[in-house]
Amino acid sequence: MIKDFFKKAFHLYYDGFKSMTVGKTLWAIIIIKLFILFFVLKLFFFPDLLKKNFKTDEERSNHVIEQLTKNK
Amino acid sequence: MIESLDLSLVDWSRAQFALTAMYHWIFVPLTLGLAFIIAFMETIYVKTGNEEWKRITKFWMTLFGINFAIGIATGIILEFEFGTNWSNYSWFVGDIFGAPLAIEGIMAFFMESTFIAVMFFGWNKVSKKFHLLSTWLVAIGANLSALWILVANAWMQYPAGMHFNPDTARNEMLNFWEVLFSPVAVNKFLHTISQGFLIASVFVIGISAWYLLKKRHLLLAKRSIIIASVFGLLSSLFVAFTGDGSAVQVAQKQPMKLAALEGLYKGSEGAGLVVIGMPTPNKVYNDNKDPYLFSIEIPKMLSILGYHDKDAFVPGITDIIEGGYTYKNKNGDETIALPTAKKIEKGKLAIQALADYKTAKDSGNKEMMEYHKKILDENFEFFGYGYLKDPTKIIPNIPLVFYSFRVMVALGFLFILFFALVLYLILKNKLEGKRWLLRASIFMIPLAYLASQAGWIVAEVGRQPWVIQDILPTYAAVSSIGTGAVQVTFFLFFAIFTTLLIAELKIMFKQIKNGPKEGGN
Repeated sequence: MIKDFFKKAFHLYYDGFKSMTVGKTLWAIIIIKLFILFFVLKLFFFPDLLKKNFKTDEERSNHVIEQLTKNK
Repeated sequence: MIESLDLSLVDWSRAQFALTAMYHWIFVPLTLGLAFIIAFMETIYVKTGNEEWKRITKFWMTLFGINFAIGIATGIILEFEFGTNWSNYSWFVGDIFGAPLAIEGIMAFFMESTFIAVMFFGWNKVSKKFHLLSTWLVAIGANLSALWILVANAWMQYPAGMHFNPDTARNEMLNFWEVLFSPVAVNKFLHTISQGFLIASVFVIGISAWYLLKKRHLLLAKRSIIIASVFGLLSSLFVAFTGDGSAVQVAQKQPMKLAALEGLYKGSEGAGLVVIGMPTPNKVYNDNKDPYLFSIEIPKMLSILGYHDKDAFVPGITDIIEGGYTYKNKNGDETIALPTAKKIEKGKLAIQALADYKTAKDSGNKEMMEYHKKILDENFEFFGYGYLKDPTKIIPNIPLVFYSFRVMVALGFLFILFFALVLYLILKNKLEGKRWLLRASIFMIPLAYLASQAGWIVAEVGRQPWVIQDILPTYAAVSSIGTGAVQVTFFLFFAIFTTLLIAELKIMFKQIKNGPKEGGN
């Protein structure tokens, strides 16, 4: 029964993708877009500054408190 | 650090965030509304068994798919920006932002991603009823996904259900339900999704009108217009209703936003609403210049809109800066408004108390920690004011908010008339003869997007300088990074989003030109 379900689910996606027309172009756009977002922008332009610069949450808290309270 | 921050960094970071959010919002509302229109159409197909309804459903589903595919993940960039450009803010908001966004991610993945595959690929693979259920779940899932990000946004406009922990420098959620069901969140969600329904309805009518003008796919066009005009009329009335709710919330929780969108400097009882007007450029809040170069006003309307009381006092910009008027606070008690200068003093006390608390903690002095925590707690509601150089910094960009509000409201009323007229004519079978209205219907599509974007400008520019109302201004929330880096990514995003938009329009136009695969009528 479970095997049958997965077989059906597989065919749903397999046949669906195979019979796509405009969908193929859309998938190409989605893949290029995700590549640019995660492998170009995220990696080279958008580091999580607090995660990158500090090892622990305590260090991050201290940094933010320092930023918020300096020269107020 | 904060005082020495280059203001252009804040401006560029804001511009970048605005650009990303506005482009993202081009894709989202159509998804929210079109999903329901498709669900209505498919329901009729399943109920009647009429194959023409299936073709109609599949045609709009293709356009839905194009918009969904191009728009998907454009919102993730906003999260990138939180971590890089707004790291102080990201840390400061803590789990209040994290929890709703995590729920959104899970919901979006499980509901939309799973059932959208059945919706597109399952036509001959699953039963009619299961397919219909999947379509409905996609519609409901898409709208529930929007709920969580809107809840997070509403919390920034009206921080509720949390407390600030000075040990972690984070706001912690005390009551999830208070965050989820805050009156601002409920209203914002309903107002936002219903304008998505409105946009989708205009979209369907506009494209169908084009078919009628070209005398192609007439049955598809007429049936689609009936569905969309009914849905659009109900949605536009609901947008007006929830817009009224928004005005009440803004009047109570963000009085400066209300004063700014009205260009109201001197408050009064029974305040009027300016229908058409032009704010005086370079007016200073306490000078004697007339606030408008010209204006046409509906007497007492602003009091009615903001407080549902024709004689209610609506504070103006000067009143909010100078204080002294009576208003109802969070607990519903009558309170005398503090002058902004006094709030700045209290804000500075709160910030100093946080610094002193940290020093006491580092030296292990528990008594002093408690002492400073008490001062911080007593003044925390004014924390953000401590970063303001002078009271005028709480005034947002008045012309931008003033005009955006009028564009949004005027178009909102125009859409009610438009849907009512289109519905009347299609039911009387007279729409095809009204070629001017068919042409106008096509031009309504960009106007619907304009109204929606104008609404966001009112909501977001109107609350400046706050990232979190009264608690954190933009210049304290921004990360200390190079302005050049933000400028580079601004133009990168501009290029990427514009390319995506052009791709969407090209593919969409091609599909519309081709029409439904098996022909309508």
